[in-house]
Amino acid sequence: MYVAVKGGEQAIDAAHDLVAKDRRGNAATPELSVAQVEQQLGLAVDRVMAEGALYDRRLAALAIKQAAGDIVEAIFLLRAYRTTLPRFGASEPLETAKMAVARRISAIFKDIPGGQYLGPTFDYSHRLLDFALEEGDRSPSEADAQVEAASGPDHLLPVSHILEREGLIEPEAVADQPVGDITRTPPTYPADRDVRLQALARGDEGFLLSLAYSTQRGYGRNHPFAGEIRSGHVAVEIVPPELGFAITIGEVELTECQMVNQFKGSADKPPQFTRGYGLAFGRSERKAMAMSLVDRALRAAEFDEEISAPAQDEEFVLSHADNVEASGFVQHLKLPHYVDFQAELDVLRRLRDEVDLQEAAE
Amino acid sequence: MNASMAKADTTAGGYNFAYLDEQSKRMIRRAILKAVAIPGYQVPFAGREMPLPYGWGTGGIQVTASVIGRDDILKVIDQGADDTTNAVSIRKFFAKTAGVRTTTRTTEASLIQTRHRIPETPLKAGQIIVFQVPIPEPLRWLEPRETMTRRMHALADYGPMYLKLYEDIARFGRITTAYDFPTVVNGRYLMSPSPIPRLDNPKLNRSPALQLFGAGREKRIYAIPPHTSVKSLDFEDHPFETEGWSHLCARCGAADSFLDELVIDDRGTRRYVCSDTDYCDSRVAAGSGR
Repeated sequence: MYVAVKGGEQAIDAAHDLVAKDRRGNAATPELSVAQVEQQLGLAVDRVMAEGALYDRRLAALAIKQAAGDIVEAIFLLRAYRTTLPRFGASEPLETAKMAVARRISAIFKDIPGGQYLGPTFDYSHRLLDFALEEGDRSPSEADAQVEAASGPDHLLPVSHILEREGLIEPEAVADQPVGDITRTPPTYPADRDVRLQALARGDEGFLLSLAYSTQRGYGRNHPFAGEIRSGHVAVEIVPPELGFAITIGEVELTECQMVNQFKGSADKPPQFTRGYGLAFGRSERKAMAMSLVDRALRAAEFDEEISAPAQDEEFVLSHADNVEASGFVQHLKLPHYVDFQAELDVLRRLRDEVDLQEAAE
Repeated sequence: MNASMAKADTTAGGYNFAYLDEQSKRMIRRAILKAVAIPGYQVPFAGREMPLPYGWGTGGIQVTASVIGRDDILKVIDQGADDTTNAVSIRKFFAKTAGVRTTTRTTEASLIQTRHRIPETPLKAGQIIVFQVPIPEPLRWLEPRETMTRRMHALADYGPMYLKLYEDIARFGRITTAYDFPTVVNGRYLMSPSPIPRLDNPKLNRSPALQLFGAGREKRIYAIPPHTSVKSLDFEDHPFETEGWSHLCARCGAADSFLDELVIDDRGTRRYVCSDTDYCDSRVAAGSGR
């Protein structure tokens, strides 16, 4: 009598069973453990933690396994878990100057106090496929034992301090009021920088990378130099109300980028260097650098710069940076729309009928 | 009583009743109260990430989660139907996290979450209908900036919307907005009715039910309190028009319902059937079948 076009409960369950089957792959291949993901796909874990906005390596690894390596899906899983967690309080500001650095470089001075540490990086590697890796695990050799992560001194002043002492760079703004929380307050525009940085910190790496790139190609150019990039572990401190003093509750691995940008001065500001700031969980260097360029681009109004490029447009950048939102809304087009489409058909047919009538009359 | 309480207390994997924690629900209920107090005004709220994707009903789900109680009977529809995939998924979500009774009968439900339709069976006093809203801002296609559209609402500066409708008439001889047709609520705020077809717009007007709208990704909630006037925009010489079919429902023979057009063979033969499955089924059960 009529064709059933509607999906059902059984179809959904069957689809989910298929996902589980696909995820496992060929049963002859050993199953991937969460620990393996955490240890051996560490940079994927870092990205999922950064954009999932939750520092938990094990859960991020679990999300990656569950999502069969679909990173945006893994980020979504972690976010949806994070939102159910109770909020006990906010940490003290992290002292990145006290970071135990695994990597620290500056592109603006050849030698910097405390020194440069290349650390683990893909930079300067030749991107040739290493077929030896295909052979399977190398057991740790004596040569490996000699490779030890170098770590710098406990306290390394930011490179920007050198410029600050001479008054050549804008002074660092001191936050004297509580910072906003984008997960507890709906976005309003214009947004303050703390809120902007939060949104960028969990914004999609690809989106921020492209925006950052666009500023380098002239769409909101801001003359950047990589003042300093550092990665390593930083202690997290909180002040429990019942104690009244700070205690360390753990540490997180972070990558911080301080971009130094040329600025010609304005009516009320002398010529000076300005700052763009990027911070991300883990070793997410590309993300931290992109974020710092976009942060600086979004400060255009502060410096009376002309706002003409997408990367300088706060509402545009902040309302489209979240990949959980973007992925959901783009993919919701898969949902049935036959009622709306029927309404469109109705309008289109009426318009066509009128055109036909007119043509017949002529 | 005890058995039903025990069932309602069941939560999935240690989550709170209806998934959201009580603090979040309270925040959302405050936004709903404000929305009810200012009919048609979009209240910003701190939308939470839900375990379903944005654009798939997270706003509606948060509103439902905040107002649902253990005694509620929930109906979920998408495109008018209870058995469409996303409706099934959302109904399962609440059956699992809130343990409430669900139904497909419009008359039985105390709470109805919907995407893109209003049931054909008139709603009653005491019922709540929750709409899933993708883009809550009716002025968005005229002005992409939130800063601007908020100002336009504050000043009731709705001229550009009338101009858009007028341009349609000048160009095509009729208004070409097919669904999500703009309305004015309580003579004040311009409001998106969500992407419902025009046929459903008159049902918004002076409905005895409480109508709540949730936009999760855009983090907005708005409401139409019971018995509030909702007028679809039009001009005296171009009155508001709903869709019409030259067919009856092929199953129940209804002449007054929104019909889905089904293509049933490769030659393009069409069948027309009610999009509201409950309405259709109850008419068939009552002997209206053809």
